[in-house]
Amino acid sequence: MDIHEYQAKEILAGYGVQVPRGGLAYSPEQAAYRAREIGGEKWIVKAQVHTGGRGKAGGVIVCGDEHEVNDAAGDLFGKRIVTNQTGPEGKVVYRVYVESGVAIQSELYLGYVLDRQTQRVMVVASAAGGMEIEEISEKKPETIVRCSIEPAVGMQDFQAREIAFDLGLPPALIQQAVSTMMGSYKAFKELDATMLEINPMVVTEDGEIFALDAKMTFDDNALFRHPDISELRDKSQEDPRETQAADRGLNYVGLEGEIGCIVNGAGLAMATMDTIKLAGGEPSNFLDIGGGATPKRVAQAFRLVLTDKNVNAVLVNIFAGINRCDWVAEGIIEALEKDPIDVPLVVRLAGTNVDEGRKILAESGLPIIHANTLAEAADRVVTASKNHAKHNIKLVAAS
Amino acid sequence: MSILINKDTRVIVQGITGKIGRFHTEEMLEYGTNIVGGVTPGKGGETVNGVPVFNCVKDAVRETGAEASIIIVPPPFAADSIMEAADGDIKFCVAITDGIPAQDMIRVKRYMRRYNKDTRMRLTGPNCAGTITPGEALLGIMPGHIYMPGRIGIVGRSGTLGYEAAAQMSDLGIGVSTSVGIGGDPINGSSFKDILQLFEDDPDTDAVVMIGEIGGPQESEAAEFVRDHMKKPVIAYIAGLTAPKGRTMGHAGAIISAFGESASEKVEILRDVGASIAESPSDIGNTVQRVLKAA
Repeated sequence: MDIHEYQAKEILAGYGVQVPRGGLAYSPEQAAYRAREIGGEKWIVKAQVHTGGRGKAGGVIVCGDEHEVNDAAGDLFGKRIVTNQTGPEGKVVYRVYVESGVAIQSELYLGYVLDRQTQRVMVVASAAGGMEIEEISEKKPETIVRCSIEPAVGMQDFQAREIAFDLGLPPALIQQAVSTMMGSYKAFKELDATMLEINPMVVTEDGEIFALDAKMTFDDNALFRHPDISELRDKSQEDPRETQAADRGLNYVGLEGEIGCIVNGAGLAMATMDTIKLAGGEPSNFLDIGGGATPKRVAQAFRLVLTDKNVNAVLVNIFAGINRCDWVAEGIIEALEKDPIDVPLVVRLAGTNVDEGRKILAESGLPIIHANTLAEAADRVVTASKNHAKHNIKLVAAS
Repeated sequence: MSILINKDTRVIVQGITGKIGRFHTEEMLEYGTNIVGGVTPGKGGETVNGVPVFNCVKDAVRETGAEASIIIVPPPFAADSIMEAADGDIKFCVAITDGIPAQDMIRVKRYMRRYNKDTRMRLTGPNCAGTITPGEALLGIMPGHIYMPGRIGIVGRSGTLGYEAAAQMSDLGIGVSTSVGIGGDPINGSSFKDILQLFEDDPDTDAVVMIGEIGGPQESEAAEFVRDHMKKPVIAYIAGLTAPKGRTMGHAGAIISAFGESASEKVEILRDVGASIAESPSDIGNTVQRVLKAA
């Protein structure tokens, strides 16, 4: 789960990380008022959206007086911020954060990740902050410092000190840098984060260290023990289809294609999408409906997949292991009788009681295109999709 | 012969009194798995399907001589159960549970290092379908009947995609020595490399099918192992060709977040070391058949 910059900063401040003075606003008037509260001569108005690269996308505006703050916020509210991480539809701004401007001397990078190679928390830092870590590792790999944290004892002061010296910080700043790093680690560990990024972490002209931007992602699997973090979820930043799916215990990821996929199991779902692609089509989604594949779940899955108006054919691919194909077939029929769909449907069943399942579908009289194998299913759904797009007529199956 | 389990392996089920635990205990018994006990704290003395229940793993091991364990315990308590198994002298543990916090798994991995490397419990999963030695024993949640006994090893992350591969092979009359699920989580007990090593050393396995997916470094590490240490042929399929970068595709670990983690990059790395690549998931069985004919 992702949270906003202002939320991450609030958390980090609680762990002793210094952040500039700032305040949240839901309207241009609030933003201007915040600027007055904060005081000073320079403010930064920042769109609160769940993506990196906001600056380049016009989501961060520097202002010299309250009127400018008011106007900047006015420009940002309702704006779609499109970055290389958001997809073409972007993320809409509903909240802005007004922050006191600081005089920057240098920009650093500080990040914490779960490193899958060492299976530990890894601290990554660089003296070349301000750009994304991918860019740093491409352009200035020699500036990157890494430190692996022993899980039993956690991060130690000496490790933070070593990183601080490696970053080239002067002796007077080492203690502040250590507090920042240790506080961030503690927040990461205690709150079950999977990613924490302070980029940039800046040294000001007055010789202070601030977290100028902050990003945190949390382990969805650990939210059961962090209700306070769950509260920070902002559904306006999620794809509504994915939110709807998640609330029903389904796993959905929206894509750009036109063939809807309903599959049980994450690996088979990915494989089904791959087969469609290899057959010349484009999947519109990833959807894992889990092992059960009950009529209710199948019906929910159809509704979900068809909310995407680009979908012009649907492939259901179920490998029945624990459940049985005849039950799945009954579920499909029940779902379709209740809620008929107007695009061609290809169904491929495999596994336990497959013959009974196929028989039930064939005898149902519903316009279902049958497939025996994965390859056949992909070929048929791609053909059906192309025909449907061409004629836009309802196909009746003949199989 | 086989790896990890056979018909004589004495197995306990941790979480045996839960609804899912009961269901799969029955399925595994029906397949012929030698289940000698179960563990649920506070339910010691009860029986499930005629299997005695114990309060803790140590009691179960002492009374039954169990060597292997399967964990069907809800996510908040699963890490604790795995460590209990490791401390209770279990040799092989399958963690089925999906949804264990990543930092819990980091703790588990660290905890297990207190035991000598040679005698340390082998953990597979979490978030896996289990391990099956066809015709002998099933330690998992997969449908046993789709696997035919034979001489090909399977190692993969996914449940249903693994079934798909096994079914394609059965249709072509190709049997399986053992199929091992290593699970879809970012921090897991055994890697592809660990299981490939076991298959390489197993006299009853002739070739190995490896079913990987996007995310993480383990497929690339496996490729290095294939290049440097494997004589047996490896057939590989990597799922997620169409997966966008930075999105989690169902499995917590199925996310492309670094170089070398996409399906096409992993395919190239494996092809370079001489693995036979199934380009499409529907070609896994055919590719195995082709490799076996060429050998």
